[in-house]
Amino acid sequence: MNFDYTEEQTLLDNMVTSFVRDNYDWDTRCNIVKSEEGWKEENWKQFAELGLLGVPFDEAYGGLGGKSADLMIVMEQFGKGLVVEPYLPTVILAGGLISKLGSEEQKNSIIPEIISGNARCAFAYAEPQSRFDLNDVKTSAVLNGDDYVLNGFKSVVFGAGMASHLIISARTEGEQRSESGITLFIVDTKSEGLTLQNYPTIDEYRASEIIIENLKVSKDNVLGEVNMAYDAIEEIVDISTIAACSEAVGILQVLKDSTTEYCKNRKQFGQSIAKNQVIQHRLVDMMIEYEQAKSILYMAVTADLTNSDDRRKAVSAAKARIGKAIKFVGESAIQLHGGMGVVDEYMVSHYFKRATMIGVLFGNTDYHMKRYMTLTQSGISSSDEAISVSVT
Amino acid sequence: MDTAFSNEDLKFQSEIRDFIKTNYPQELRDSINSKRKLGKELSREDLTAWHKILGKHNGWSAPSWPKQYGGAEFTPTQKYIFEQECAKAECQYIMPFGINMVGPVIYTFGNEEQKAQHLPGILSGEVFWCQGYSEPGSGSDLASLKTSAVKEGDHYIVNGQKTWTTMAQYADWIFCLVRTNPDAEKPQQGISFLLIDMKTPGVTVRPIKLMDGSHEVNETWFDNVKVPVENLIGQENMGWTYAKFLLAHERSGIAGVARSKKAIERIKQIASSEMSYGEPLIQDPAFKAKIAAAELELSALEYTELRTLAKDSAGKGPGPESSLLKIKGTDIQQAVTELAMEAVGYYANPHLGTTLSNEYVGPDYATNLSGTYFNFRKASIYGGSNEIQRNIIAKMVLGL
Repeated sequence: MNFDYTEEQTLLDNMVTSFVRDNYDWDTRCNIVKSEEGWKEENWKQFAELGLLGVPFDEAYGGLGGKSADLMIVMEQFGKGLVVEPYLPTVILAGGLISKLGSEEQKNSIIPEIISGNARCAFAYAEPQSRFDLNDVKTSAVLNGDDYVLNGFKSVVFGAGMASHLIISARTEGEQRSESGITLFIVDTKSEGLTLQNYPTIDEYRASEIIIENLKVSKDNVLGEVNMAYDAIEEIVDISTIAACSEAVGILQVLKDSTTEYCKNRKQFGQSIAKNQVIQHRLVDMMIEYEQAKSILYMAVTADLTNSDDRRKAVSAAKARIGKAIKFVGESAIQLHGGMGVVDEYMVSHYFKRATMIGVLFGNTDYHMKRYMTLTQSGISSSDEAISVSVT
Repeated sequence: MDTAFSNEDLKFQSEIRDFIKTNYPQELRDSINSKRKLGKELSREDLTAWHKILGKHNGWSAPSWPKQYGGAEFTPTQKYIFEQECAKAECQYIMPFGINMVGPVIYTFGNEEQKAQHLPGILSGEVFWCQGYSEPGSGSDLASLKTSAVKEGDHYIVNGQKTWTTMAQYADWIFCLVRTNPDAEKPQQGISFLLIDMKTPGVTVRPIKLMDGSHEVNETWFDNVKVPVENLIGQENMGWTYAKFLLAHERSGIAGVARSKKAIERIKQIASSEMSYGEPLIQDPAFKAKIAAAELELSALEYTELRTLAKDSAGKGPGPESSLLKIKGTDIQQAVTELAMEAVGYYANPHLGTTLSNEYVGPDYATNLSGTYFNFRKASIYGGSNEIQRNIIAKMVLGL
């Protein structure tokens, strides 16, 4: 049993840490999010040069063959710097789907392009009525000759505005909420039939609403088997959820450390406010929440993610528990910063906003709590061991 | 990062499992269960029988002790497995006062005679120890303690009162913090660490009843008690250093993760039998959510403990982070004792410990769950209250 990084992981950690330190100081980041594009292509090129865009991909396609622990390392450091480039949408979410479902031909044509930084992808799955339910898909795809024709609407698609390719989930069969009958299509973002309404998010990332009107997609651009995409979507969204949790843990560390520093330096009534026990105990509780969040992330990362029940349980436990930590640490950070906490100018509010939006991403605390309960309390495991009445 | 057990660990796990299966006495299980159900006091034999069995087997009664002192010297992973298996099988836990507290102090700071005199009895479970730290005026502010020890020839004369002495009614020996220099500049500087035979004339033990009716703790009075100077641990007036060392040991393992896990499993079983609104309580959304919240917290705490263990094995001893384990561990223990009581509805009421009858009332699983809930309010108070633990983290970890 150990929680140490391997030599390769330490190198990866150092590399991402130095990238953030050298390229993502606060002023630089402010300029990036204020720019029209909302990201910096030069950073993306650097990700490619550093090999970061290949972390989770199979070595056969030029990737590094990394696992969740490696993605955790990248995302935790990106969280610390509030890095806005669309790494999670492209590499982990869309990239994960392509790796999971793509034909040899599709993988050979797209994955090397992602790794080299030429292609960016986004996954359009949510719809206005679907909330967090991945099975709730109204967007339709109807076969007409050799093409599918897609119609529908996709909401809050992260990174779509900067993507060269979109993966779209659409219903090819069944009722609106049926798990079977969902198919994935991979298309060029500039295709006729797609209208993107791009906008900034409250935490200064970019997302899009996508109107799909008679979008023609060749049969060759179906990703995976027709009607059978649901399991893969759920799995890759789960893996992406762990990545989002990792980003959150990086953010929580910054919130906890910077708030502790702030309280040491801020003087009122002639002394540092950190001399007050009421402040000290709040800071200790922030630390405990951070440590518990990190621990449950480690639980998820080291769980057997190849077993779908274990994976679901671990991911929902982590997302629900980390969601609680985000709320406590985030709100406490703002409170203890006093007036400085609520202004746009000071960095703490930006970390708080990003963490809060990660709380929503891929399902919020209540959503994952319910999923966890469904998985763990549907039946009681029988035990053949002697059980006493004492609970202590 | 790797949390999978190695083949060696798995072998060790089945060795522990088999040992418990073959060696944990059924009569002991029955005796403890029926007393717990009725809320009756456990006997000295109940508390030490399993300890004595483990003591005869490769030092398993002392998982952390070095082999040279007869301990098992388990690796952190082995300790974790051992604790898990004992909790799963609901073995009686080992009294901490000898094994976890005074034992490590004696082998770390004691002289050869003291090691030879005391360690074998602690290891075997034959000698029962209790702890003389708190006093009526010294709770969280332990260093303000007043019990005095004045040197007269080759003895100390001890006067004063200790309180909350857990299981003093069975104890053969007590380890005490006493004031040897009332004029020291700081209160911490005048304290010494003394071992006192409970049979010495002048030692009186009076029971303190807790709110569940149980008798776990006592007042211990010292009236001109003559203690040989050989019973001083380390140097005179250096007791505070040894006391702090002991407190750090006391807190490790205090999280009780494995036992809380077992308790949640038990609550789920109770809640499957109890009905509410015509359905099993386990289906009740509010109750379900509380169970799930406790499970998530426990799952996180388990990994916090594993991270701490992994750090320990890298050679860093239990540090102030163990305060975190104490706070969260006791939070969860209290949450699960409350859930268990809540699960049985009206049957939280019967209190059989004060009757002479041995008749149970209500469902078998329900008895004395409220007693346990009330009893466990102690958990966030003992071993340094959870507020004091926060002070420790604030100072030692956050540098405030």
